[in-house]
Parts: sequence; C-alpha cells; structure tokens
Amino acid sequence: MEKMPKWADVVLIPLISLLLAAVLSALVILAIGEDPWAALKMMVQGALGSTYGWGYTLYYATNFIFTGLAVAVAFHARMFNIGGEGQAMLGGLGVALVCLYMPWPHWTVAVIGASVVGAAFGAAWAALPAWLQAKRGSHIVITTIMFNFIASALLNYVLVNVLRPKGSMDPATAKFPAATHLPTLHELLLPLGIKFSKAAPANVSLLIALAACVFVWLLIWRTRLGYEIRAFGHSESGAKYAGISAVKITVVAMLISGALAGLMSVNTTMGEAERLVLNATEGAGFIGIAVALMGRSHPFGVLLAAILFGFLYQGGAELALWTNIPREMIVVIQALVILFTGALDNMVRMPLEKLFLSLRRKEG
Amino acid sequence: MDYMTILQILDSTVRLAVPLLLACLAGLYSERAGIFDIGLEGKMLAAAFFSGAVAAVSGSAWLGLLAGMGASLVLSALHGLASITFRGNQLISGVAVNFLAAGMTVVVAQDWFKQGGRTPSLSGAARFEPITLPGAEALRDVPILGPLYAELISGHTSLVYIAFACVPLTWWALYRTRFGLRLRAVGENPAAVDTAGVSVVGLRYAAVAICGVLCGIAGAYLATALQAGFVKDMTAGRGYIALAALIFAKWRPWYALLATLLFGLLQAIALRYQNIDLGAITIPVQVMDALPYILTVVILAGFVGKAIPPRAGGEPYVKER
Repeated sequence: MEKMPKWADVVLIPLISLLLAAVLSALVILAIGEDPWAALKMMVQGALGSTYGWGYTLYYATNFIFTGLAVAVAFHARMFNIGGEGQAMLGGLGVALVCLYMPWPHWTVAVIGASVVGAAFGAAWAALPAWLQAKRGSHIVITTIMFNFIASALLNYVLVNVLRPKGSMDPATAKFPAATHLPTLHELLLPLGIKFSKAAPANVSLLIALAACVFVWLLIWRTRLGYEIRAFGHSESGAKYAGISAVKITVVAMLISGALAGLMSVNTTMGEAERLVLNATEGAGFIGIAVALMGRSHPFGVLLAAILFGFLYQGGAELALWTNIPREMIVVIQALVILFTGALDNMVRMPLEKLFLSLRRKEG
Repeated sequence: MDYMTILQILDSTVRLAVPLLLACLAGLYSERAGIFDIGLEGKMLAAAFFSGAVAAVSGSAWLGLLAGMGASLVLSALHGLASITFRGNQLISGVAVNFLAAGMTVVVAQDWFKQGGRTPSLSGAARFEPITLPGAEALRDVPILGPLYAELISGHTSLVYIAFACVPLTWWALYRTRFGLRLRAVGENPAAVDTAGVSVVGLRYAAVAICGVLCGIAGAYLATALQAGFVKDMTAGRGYIALAALIFAKWRPWYALLATLLFGLLQAIALRYQNIDLGAITIPVQVMDALPYILTVVILAGFVGKAIPPRAGGEPYVKER
C-alpha cells in the first residue's frame, strides 16, 4: 500500500520544501536589513516585467534545462553526476572548435553541427568517470568532481596557450564567424509580429532545450533503454538478474547525461558570447543539481524548476543592481533549495506520511 | 637551484599543506564513521569568514579561531541532521553545505563590512604570528642543518604545529582507543556496533563534530594565519583537494600527511614557477594545477594500489525493528 497519494509526493512535498527555502531566504534578506517583500516585487518586475527580463530569464532557464536534464538522467540510473560543470566546459570547447574552424554556410546547419560536437565533447568528458565506475568501482561523484577541476585547467591551458588570438590579452577565442550567429528570440518573433527585446540573449537554443525535454521523457518512459535505466536505478541486483548489463547502463546513462550538459554550451558559447570565454558555464552545471532535485527528475518538473531558477538568476541580478542584496543571495537560495528538496527530504516527508496514514485510518 | 631555494619551496609547501592536512583529517574522521563529506570546502570557507570577521572586530586571533570552529560546527550539525537523523543523501547534503557557505559568507560579509565580500585586513594580534623556535637564530649559521631548522622547522604559526600534532593524535585516537575502534567499526558495519549496545547515531554525530572542529581550524588558518583576512571564495577548491588527498591516503592518517604534503608541494611549485622549462618540453602551470586531481583519479581507478572506502560509507543506518 502506498503511504501517500501520488499527488502529495509529486506536488505537495516539493512545494513545502520550496516554501521552507523561501521563508529562510526571506529571513536572511530581513537579517541584512532589506525588505523581502520589496525584494520579491523587484525580482518579479526585473525578471518577468518586460520582454527584456523574460529574455534573460529564458536564457538562463535554457542553461538550467540542459544541466538539470543531465543530472536527472543520471539520477534515474541512481548516479549522482556532479560533473555537469566540466562536461559543459568541454562542450563549449567542442562548439568553439566547430564554429571557428568549419566553414558554415548558414546558422541552421551550423547549429546542428555545433550541437552534435558539443554533445559529443560533453559525453566524452563523462565517459572516463562512467567507465571507471562501471569497471573499477571508482565512485562517480568523486571522479566527476575531479574531472571538473581537470576540465577547468584544460580549458585554461587551451584558451591561454592555443586558441587565444595573437595580441589579445583576454583568455578567450576569437569571435565566431557571422554565419554561426544564432537568431535571438527578437529575430525569431519579429516575422510573427511580436515585439521582443533586442538586447536579451535568449535564442533559438531554447527550442533545442525544449526538444531535449521531450527526448528525455521519451527515452526514460517510452524506450527499452529507458526502462533498463530505471530498473537499474531501482535495484541494481534486480536489474542484473533480469539480464541488464550494469556496465552498459552505467556508461550509456552517463554518456547521455554528459551529452546533455555539453549541449548547454550551444546556448552560452554560440548563442550568447559568440566566442569561448574562460568562465562560460558560470556554475550552471551545479544549478542543474538543484533543478533536477526540485523537478523530481521528470523533464516537465525540470522545465518548471529551470524557469524558476532562470527567474531567480535574472531577478537576483536586478537586486544586486538596485539594492544592497549581493548576487550571492542566489547561491544561498540555491543551497536552501538543494538542502530542503534533496538532503532534508525526509524531514518533510516523514510527518506528511504519518498525517496521511492517520487520515486513512480514520476513513477505514 | 640552490639550497636556499629548495628550503623556501619546502617552507611554502608546509604552509600550503596545512589547510589541506586539517581538512583531510577532518574528512577522515567523518568518512571513517560512514558519513561521506564533500562539504569540507564549505565548512572551511564559513570558518575562514567567521574567524576573519571576529578577529577583525575583537582584535584577537584566538577568538577568531573559536568563531571559525563554531561556524564550521553549525554546518556540521546541519550535515549530521540531514544525513544521520533524517537519513538523507549525504552527497547532496554536502553540496548544499558548500553552496550555503559560498553564498552566506559573501552576503554576510557585504552586510557587516561593506567591502565587496571581504573582511578588513588583519594585523597585529588579530593574526597568528610566526613563532621562532628556541635557538633558531643562534643555529642559523650551522651549515645545512642550521638554515633547515631556522627556515623550515621554525618560524611557523602555532596552527601549523597544531595541525602536524593532529596526525599522530588521530592515529592514536583511531587505532589505540576504544572510541577509535568503535568509530572505525561504525563506518564498516554499523549493525554490529548497534548489536554491541553502542549508539550508532551518537558515534556518527561525534565524528561529524570532530570533522567540524578540524575544518574550523583549517578555515581560521586560511584567514588569520596564511593570509590577512577573508576574501570571497578564499578556499579555492582546497576542500576538494583535501578530499582527493583523503582518497590518495586511503583513509589513513600518516598517509594523509604524505598526500597533503605532496599536494602542498605541487601548489608551492605552481605558485613559484609559472611554467617549468625542462629544456625540450615546457610543463604549463595548468598541469601542476590539475595534477592532484589526475593523481586521485588514477588512484581511484585502482591502477596504482586500490583505494577501498569504508564499507558503510554514504549509507544511512536504519535500526532493525
């Protein structure tokens, strides 16, 4: 017998956790002498009050959809891929190489090429930790953390010593050719007669992110591979007994996860910066953890959580601009969300389960 | 390279190895008791800020140290609550602790000092001063050994000597006391410890608390001894290097000393020489930066001796009914 109705598990618990995180965040804002209500209003105004705000919110959300899906796919196989950051960095390298050294006739072709190579680079960066986990039992969390640092050193080396144009002091690649420019929402919506802010960086990669959500949903719940991944995640020994190869599932799930993280760089590197810079990922790989936890590893949940975090990011930037609340407040909120939806999940769950059980007993 | 240069590099190795060593021993207690802790970084960072802040306000480095340990203990308690009491995912809890510290330190620093997320510069009694060991100056002129004593062994802050004393102390506590035996047992087979009538929860909380104290010293060392004050993100991944060192050391105290000294040496070399010119090939500084992590992956892969973590690590203990 289920202890709780499904809606409580899927909707009620995340909402309570989110509420707890919000209350604590409000207390922190109160403690540093600012008004939480005014701060919230400013965030809503800044992030959702104009197409400019929406453009930034959706731009950030695009990143978080990719990294959130990456973490979610690994979660389904009961693996914690903390290396989205490094995989996205390598994805950026792949995208940069493709954009700089391949002659692209039009962005439609370029975006396909860049996506494929970005995903391949991200997957490649996840491959070794996956293989080590599957074959040698090296803990994937530790190896992916290490690979984040190795990726950042590698990227640093490549940007400073190899890809940096002659005479430039900035550790970044040259600007990508104009043919690889991805249309922004402004350019996409103009033919439809919708006026969207010109300055905002949200671009066509948002559509790729939405497609990725559908792809992950199909993969996890509508394919044999997805079934095997979920079976493996529920019970490793059970899956083995059913003839599912642990090595195959571990490696394949991590490759998909890494590829999704790598895809993020199409948005940041090709869509926004149009060159590869040092800190292109800006911690989005880690936010993917919070997004996947909040979205309960379901693509639709990930989408909603990603938009929420996009809102927090853009709203937080506005706060830092107009009030004394520094940008790092977002990191605090992010930490509280991870804490309550992830680590302290049982704190909310246990009393609720008791409540539902006692309610049911009364009925019976 | 002359003798004095080598001594200077070794001296800076010791300075850079100390926070790694303290954090590594902190992780050792926690993980030996079966609680994975990837929140070492966050605890150090929180301790660095609060020790820097209290030292700046009170003018006493020792009060700062206490505040740092307190801050780190609070985060430890949070980690314990999530991973022991509520049996949550220890890795996710560690990630949360890291982000909480990274965000809160800057938010609070900005509110208190309004200097862009740093504390005021510390000087005088607000910092731990180097201690000159007896006879260091008198013996300086003795060839070879004199400079070794004066440069390398003498002239560190008290926290450095405390950190090195923690190594034999940890060895003794883990392998020669009843508490240590139980602590190791609870990381391997908590059910057996429970059957023997010893509280699994109590032991694990104790281990997590010791971890908090040691991370607190490590953070205080960063802000009030190694540098003069707290700056944003000043731990700069040291918590993760300590984690790497812990695996490198296969969860043993003396090996932890060797591993952290090795990683400290790598940092010291990277700090002193940007690129190392070996004639035919040049080793870029990024290789030195990445080397601790690469070495750890190699060790984890089990190609050079296998690192086997405590068996019950990462798994919450559910009492049988």
